[in-house]
Amino acid sequence: MPPDAGSVTRIAALFQRYVFLHRRSIIRMFDIGFWPVMDLLIWGFMTRYLQQVVTGPVSQVLIFLIGAMIAWDVHYRGQQAVSISLMEEIWTRNIVNLLVAPVRLWEWVTASFLYASLKVVVVTAILAVLAKGLYAFDLVRIGWAFLPLAASLLLFGWSIGLATSGLLLRYGYAAEALIWGIPFLLQPFSCVFYPLESLPHWAQGIAGLLPSTYAFEGLRRALQAGSVPPAIWLGVIGLNALYLALGAALFVWMFRRARADGRLGHLGQD
Amino acid sequence: MNIVEVRGLTHAYAKHESPAVDHLDFEVRRGEIVGLLGPNGAGKTTTLHAVLGLLEPTKGSVLVFGRSPIRQRAEVLGRLNFASVDVDLPSNLLVAECLRIFAALYTVPDRQRRVQELIQRFELEPLARRRVAVLSAGERMRLKLCKALLNAPDLLVLDEPTLSLDPYMAQKVRQLLRTIQQERRMSILYTSHNMREVEEFCDRIVFLHRGRKLAEGSPAEVLARANSRSLDELFIRAATSGELVDAA
Repeated sequence: MPPDAGSVTRIAALFQRYVFLHRRSIIRMFDIGFWPVMDLLIWGFMTRYLQQVVTGPVSQVLIFLIGAMIAWDVHYRGQQAVSISLMEEIWTRNIVNLLVAPVRLWEWVTASFLYASLKVVVVTAILAVLAKGLYAFDLVRIGWAFLPLAASLLLFGWSIGLATSGLLLRYGYAAEALIWGIPFLLQPFSCVFYPLESLPHWAQGIAGLLPSTYAFEGLRRALQAGSVPPAIWLGVIGLNALYLALGAALFVWMFRRARADGRLGHLGQD
Repeated sequence: MNIVEVRGLTHAYAKHESPAVDHLDFEVRRGEIVGLLGPNGAGKTTTLHAVLGLLEPTKGSVLVFGRSPIRQRAEVLGRLNFASVDVDLPSNLLVAECLRIFAALYTVPDRQRRVQELIQRFELEPLARRRVAVLSAGERMRLKLCKALLNAPDLLVLDEPTLSLDPYMAQKVRQLLRTIQQERRMSILYTSHNMREVEEFCDRIVFLHRGRKLAEGSPAEVLARANSRSLDELFIRAATSGELVDAA
């Protein structure tokens, strides 16, 4: 359904509702930074150690581990924020209030995308400052390509978040494990910390289907050569468009199935 | 035009032997309070969900304001509202900001004034700066009713609205709802297990048992036809024997 004058008001209200989740909760505020910072400390100290024991050109490549960790966090937080904003409504048993409000599905999804983007910007800024201060790793070293490639990882996070949200609508709590599990399923094939050619042949086939693989290949090329080949941009743009379309289609399909089965009204009550 | 028109509504949940609602017909007219009654499992909630567009009927049709709550979802939902004992409001928000957010979702004009007006009417002023999480069950239900009236709906759908209220507050809420309903000629579709409340509050009742309609009419008409002294007695009779008291 097309946007109307009320769309912006409704999107802003939902965005505000999700941002307010963090306002009076120390645990939630803490949660935004805690896990990414812990990840950064582990990868940072490991990088520093490896740089001490490894010499030659490889030691220069090692610094990319920190950048890769930060970039993966963009994807992970983006996916989590989209799914958890819906999960939050199920946990608090508020979901039916939203489902019977005149909120269009795309307005709801847009609000969750905006919330995910804000969360990602805040976490990435914290990590970038810490990485510079603790490990002398400067995200700017990757160059301008970092921004579109990180945005593509966020976009892929939205797509996966949409798909898992659809499954949540259809299967309720039974699908909750997917929110936490899917990123770990994708990470080994996304070539986050190693190049595509280092994977066994069968795994390269899977990796080639993921836009995240192209984004990380692009980040490595940007760091090493200062530019990203057009084929990588093509992979990033084409696959992201495909996954976003698939994620949206699955979300709408699952919503309709849940409505046909009568599950929508019972979400959070089983 | 009827506000709600239900024709041949049938819905069968997966893996259930018999349909939750079976060929149900009824309507809600403008300015009318209609009570859906019946024992647990009678099909009341399924019927409410069909009216709210939360489920798609297996067979039959539901029209609200002459439109489909499935195909013309946003148009229909903008003119109705809902409160249920089983559905909560976001617990981390303050009472007033929770209402402001919902007022924005319903694009209510002059939101601040509307929220303030309802807070006063439901005597929630002392709680306006409290978190929803710390409210008692009764206070929460008053807040849910405030939320349900934010958009001055033409149709209010209420699922057990007074279940968690003490008798004094339940009486006040009924009076308040009746006043607002008469001011605006609002229609109310209502479920309750409190038969006295139903007798006092509803213009018409639809009595359900195992998804089928057993009786329909004003409480007095239904009692007379069933030769029963009270709705309580009728309710127990229907729940135990499923006796057909009115071949409506």
